[in-house]
Amino acid sequence: MATERTLIVPGRFESLAAISDFITQAARDAGFGDDDVFHIQMAVDEACSNVVEHAYGSDRRGDINLRCRIDNGGDLQVEIRDRGRPFDPDQVPLPLIEPDSADLDAMRVGGLGLFFMRKLMDEVTFEFDAESGNCLIMVKRRPK
Amino acid sequence: MQISSRELKRVNVVTVGGRVDSAAAPDLEKSLQSLLDDHRNQLVLELADVEYMSSAGLRALVSALKAAKKGGGDLVIARPSTRVREVLDLAGLTSVFTVYDDVVEAVGSF
Repeated sequence: MATERTLIVPGRFESLAAISDFITQAARDAGFGDDDVFHIQMAVDEACSNVVEHAYGSDRRGDINLRCRIDNGGDLQVEIRDRGRPFDPDQVPLPLIEPDSADLDAMRVGGLGLFFMRKLMDEVTFEFDAESGNCLIMVKRRPK
Repeated sequence: MQISSRELKRVNVVTVGGRVDSAAAPDLEKSLQSLLDDHRNQLVLELADVEYMSSAGLRALVSALKAAKKGGGDLVIARPSTRVREVLDLAGLTSVFTVYDDVVEAVGSF
């Protein structure tokens, strides 16, 4: 049977430690190994940091709702909802890091969070609905 | 996150531990900036006890690296934890920072 757990926390940076504990426990309970647990934790931390920084920012207040579901195949699905500003991933510039470039000024490290989420998770989907706000769904497949 | 700084003759060794997430990164950035403001721009960052570093932590490091280099110095990393190495690698930043396995060697590079 699929198992599900939820966490609702204020959309502030101070909540990130509790979010990390929640997702780390969920991923461990789902049977993921240490590296995958770390990667899932990292993707969720980056996603929630973006919610605090961009969706709510300094002028809005609201909660972050996390729902974590382990399906029968052992895949982990994390749903992250907020009621902040609509998030459009297409508006986020890609980080620009030239590995061999000595030109540090040309380097842009913005957008790294989203870049990490996409690298670390198997699926990353954003939706916005005027009624229910932003909804991000990330999936990590259980290694076969 | 824990931060401490040791002032040597020409170099400051900044030791960081714990979680460097978006909640902690501004404190790291401030600590490094205050050294740079004092013209201490030869910095060794010892990261052996960092359990996690997010993109916000990396941004703080890159911004301090840029400022240190502008001041004629450098910011090098010593003893990065496995997780720090992994995150630097994932971001493509491994070759942007000079990384040493040993603090003495890092200090000696200046």
